[in-house]
Amino acid sequence: MAVKLLAYSDIASPVHRLNGVTKLLCFIIGSVTGMVIYDTRCLLALLAVSLTAFYLSKVPFKQYSFVLYLILIFSLLNQLAIFLFAPEQGTLIYGTRHELLHIAGHYSLTAEQLFYQFNVMLKYAVVVPLALLFLLTTDPSEFASSLNRIGVSYKIAYAISLTMRYIPDVQQEFVNISTAAQARGIDLSRKEKPGRRLKNAVSILFPLVLSTLERIEKVSAALELRGFGRGRRRTWYKTRPLTTTDAAVLTAAVLLSAAAFTVTFWDGSRFYNIFV
Amino acid sequence: MRSSKGFSVRTIVAIGIGAALFIVLARFGSIPTGIANTNLQTNYAILALFALLYGPWAGLLIGLIGHTLADLISYGAPWFSWVIASGIAGLLYGLFNRGARIEEGQFGIKEIIRFNIGQIIANAVSWFVAAPVLDILIYAEPGDKVFTQGLVAGGLNILVVAVLGTLLAAAYAKTRTKRGSLTREA
Repeated sequence: MAVKLLAYSDIASPVHRLNGVTKLLCFIIGSVTGMVIYDTRCLLALLAVSLTAFYLSKVPFKQYSFVLYLILIFSLLNQLAIFLFAPEQGTLIYGTRHELLHIAGHYSLTAEQLFYQFNVMLKYAVVVPLALLFLLTTDPSEFASSLNRIGVSYKIAYAISLTMRYIPDVQQEFVNISTAAQARGIDLSRKEKPGRRLKNAVSILFPLVLSTLERIEKVSAALELRGFGRGRRRTWYKTRPLTTTDAAVLTAAVLLSAAAFTVTFWDGSRFYNIFV
Repeated sequence: MRSSKGFSVRTIVAIGIGAALFIVLARFGSIPTGIANTNLQTNYAILALFALLYGPWAGLLIGLIGHTLADLISYGAPWFSWVIASGIAGLLYGLFNRGARIEEGQFGIKEIIRFNIGQIIANAVSWFVAAPVLDILIYAEPGDKVFTQGLVAGGLNILVVAVLGTLLAAAYAKTRTKRGSLTREA
């Protein structure tokens, strides 16, 4: 079961050299901005910026191509669902109605709907490169120290780094257990009926849960023995001081986001209306 | 209420490794129902079990961290409204089961009923209310669509936690030594 997951790789690029804190903050600022605003002009500008950053990172296409297909399918289904459930959502938001094509019943294609769905797609497209970039160019160990730097309690930051550390182990455990179960005729694949599969899932989940609980006991004993959690603060193996480049990138991100908010809310609405 | 400073080492590790398990099951442990794009998500049974074992704050953080990272590594971008809903679900699973003594092997009919009433309310609040409302607020998606999605997802999660969650919790309780189960031989 070779399933690919996104992972960090060490490449010499200006984006990789940036501090983890900078990349984390840029990702947060970028996603919040992309989530709130619906202004087409700002979204296009943000998309251009995040695609440029992606280009600068030199991450080979092969490393994330499989995710792009997933994202494409996911957003296509989402777009289709929006249209099926609310073909007049665009008309509702923009207040006008330009019918382009009547399909059937109360389904007709309006220019407003197309524009609205284009914006929904754009919002998603803005966040994806930022998230991918953050994930592909940040060393997982540096990620925890960055979180701690921006004010997240070090215990929670450590929990997140434990998660990153244990995903491959738990995955291996899952594969081992399910292979063993399959050898005994317990099938989880498509060939079984859903009800049967749910029942079979128990026989795989139960050993997996027990071994995970045991692992938790072991790891927490090891941490306790090393005095984890005694101090109010802790130091990190992977911390780097912020450089002038980091400061410049952060300032640019804040200014860009402020500009996007100002332009969007200038007329008091989060939507950009091309129809009036 | 315990502050983050009050988290025990065991809870921290449970959050970390619990989230890893949540993520792995999000990738491999979902069972298609036969209806397009709707899966039985076995990882919510794990979320309920960990919230039951390690408390509401662990549930909240496993939901938030697990869902964010699962979305990040498989779709490239977290869908924040549902991430928050997962966190709320974890928190509520834990809150409704405060004081349950499953560690001591107690998980009988009374506990099962309480666990299930709790999880039904928790899932209803997160998927019928929180997720769609946040979808509308954050992404301005059409109401009909997001409420239908929430209804389907919530219903399936209730089913999964009722079946798998209860079975797992009961099986776990059996592995624990019951309090006062030792008798003195004459």
